[in-house]
Amino acid sequence: MVTLKELTTDELFASGHRLCAGCGEGTINRMTMKALRGPTVIVAATGCSEVATTIYPYTSWRLPWAHVAFENAAAVASGVVEAYKAMARRGVENGHVDVIAMAGDGGTYDIGIQALSGALERGHDFLYICIDNEAYMNTGIQRSGSTPHGADTTTSPAGSVIPGKPEWKKDLIGICAAHGIEYAATASPAYWNDYITKVRKGLEVNGPAVIDVLSPCPLGWRHDSARSIEMVRLAVETRYFPIYEFERGKYRLNLSISKLKPVEEFLKVQGRFGHLFKPTYRKDVIDEIQQNVDANWNRILKLCAN
Amino acid sequence: MTILGMTGDEAVAHAAKQSKVDIVAAYPITPQTIIVERFSKYVADGEVHTGYVCVESEHSALSACVGASLTGARVFTATSSQGLALMHEMMYIASGLRCPIVMGVANRALSAPINIHGDHSDMMGSRDSGWIQIYVENPQEAYDWTIQAFRIAEDKDVQLPVSVNLDGFIITHSMEGVDVLDDLAVSQFLSIREPIFKLDPKNPLTFGALCFTDYYFEFKRQQTEAMRNVQTVLDKVCREYKDVSGRGYGAFEAYGMEDAEAAVVCIGSTAGTARDVAWKLRTRGKKVGVLKPWLYRPFPAEEVNAALKHVKAVAVFDKAGSLGAPYGALCTDVVSSLHTLEQRPKIFNVIYGLGGRDIQPSDIELVLNKALDIAETGLVKEETMFLGVRE
Repeated sequence: MVTLKELTTDELFASGHRLCAGCGEGTINRMTMKALRGPTVIVAATGCSEVATTIYPYTSWRLPWAHVAFENAAAVASGVVEAYKAMARRGVENGHVDVIAMAGDGGTYDIGIQALSGALERGHDFLYICIDNEAYMNTGIQRSGSTPHGADTTTSPAGSVIPGKPEWKKDLIGICAAHGIEYAATASPAYWNDYITKVRKGLEVNGPAVIDVLSPCPLGWRHDSARSIEMVRLAVETRYFPIYEFERGKYRLNLSISKLKPVEEFLKVQGRFGHLFKPTYRKDVIDEIQQNVDANWNRILKLCAN
Repeated sequence: MTILGMTGDEAVAHAAKQSKVDIVAAYPITPQTIIVERFSKYVADGEVHTGYVCVESEHSALSACVGASLTGARVFTATSSQGLALMHEMMYIASGLRCPIVMGVANRALSAPINIHGDHSDMMGSRDSGWIQIYVENPQEAYDWTIQAFRIAEDKDVQLPVSVNLDGFIITHSMEGVDVLDDLAVSQFLSIREPIFKLDPKNPLTFGALCFTDYYFEFKRQQTEAMRNVQTVLDKVCREYKDVSGRGYGAFEAYGMEDAEAAVVCIGSTAGTARDVAWKLRTRGKKVGVLKPWLYRPFPAEEVNAALKHVKAVAVFDKAGSLGAPYGALCTDVVSSLHTLEQRPKIFNVIYGLGGRDIQPSDIELVLNKALDIAETGLVKEETMFLGVRE
């Protein structure tokens, strides 16, 4: 843990980018840059952060940055990591370069999961950060494998028969941990110190590390853009998005929540769940979500007890 | 110089090793597999400094290659058929990001129906992807072109990826004597890659930015210009390689073309058979020739015109269909190159060898006799013939 005073005042992520007002990604990018420990290369997947921060001839990145495609950030990062090592073997003196791959939930949970799995299995020394805003926001709010049950998106619309997305959010951390990597964690930008500490931990691990950081999206979640950080704090306070880490085989809860809130508090302030409240109050669906939240929390508690 | 018995795959792997590549990221696929197997053994035996990234798919193979290439590393990969098709998206990105990657392609038919044998349908499907394409005739050429490919790809006026294409099984799995250079000679011919731009913490740059209507076109225009520079660079590289190896290459190889009245244009291993048939016919006084482009992209249009302009009838061989198009891909390129001439040879297209269907000297003799008939009569009865198919 660091204190605010200890944080670097360097801003490697420049202002002037075109992310929406209230978008969590700008905040997360800036925080990520504050956690670096030395020379770093960023590999980005196609997505909101990529398209809004590097509109030619401008860039927000004051460090080497490369975007290649949507589904392959982990594969590109594999090449970058191994190339620096190979060039060092033939005498090129670059010193150590940290490599961070960044992708959204589309590029991670769905189309990029194969490349991520391959890179984790091969054990390249890099940090993978999934900026998880729970849908394909860049292309206009389509559902992803990370979109929560009941959410209204443009490809899982709330209709008169089906009340939003029927499926549940994938367990990304479980999938990553099952690869036997040293470090995987969830985070929320509402808890900056927790997130920055985790980024640093992920960089210090000798091998792959994964962080799934929840990112509020005023456009897709349909909330007041001034209340973005409040949304991702509520996600934690309601146990909708538990903050925990998997480190060398051990699970650990990172934040103690003093006053537990029902998940309804998180749902009712977002338009993507609006159809669960109006015109009819869908107690059945809300109860189902609450049960799932409780079950998931108990599952994680059990993992942490082992 | 030493002569080693090697298959085409082994010759490519040996050339990549002597080229001191920093990264090989690849996935095995028949009939390319031996290339990555040989290379992983070099790594296991500590014979190379190369980082070998044994990826989980061809899409990731080329993705890792692009990432590695952006750091300034020398990068090699190899694939075939479905693997190349899976790389298709990344091929455009590799050339658009100006990554001088060299890739061995063991040409093989595409599904469906599934078939593991050699034809050119894989690479012909990627002919507009911005990759330089070289087609070789035998293991010796596979070896020589792989080494030359790095020089062409990494030249500051080019900075584009190169594919070295070798016919599946016919070249990849045929063992021949390959005259290999000493390691030192290769090192002297091919110095360390000097990238113009790279991912460098000391000089941070952004790669792969978003270009809208205001800049995208200019990027593509510059890429076109880089393609136009290829032939000059290739000629220079080939001259220098001849000084080192004694073997001379260029955009194409011509046999009997100076006085030919009928000719075959073909790429890859078929050219050897065609030359043999042409030699036999020439001993009988028939004026026939063979034109074998080594370089298919960029297409050496002016040189092909110069070689064909006096010929009366030309049979262009395509080992891939271009479904729905007037001709196969090579024939389309020959026809469109020749349209600038006022006096043009009569042309017909021969589609052959799909899915590895064998082509015999007698097949080529039949085609050349047909071309000689056309040279005499000026009449093309069949614009596209399917050679060796049951109908």
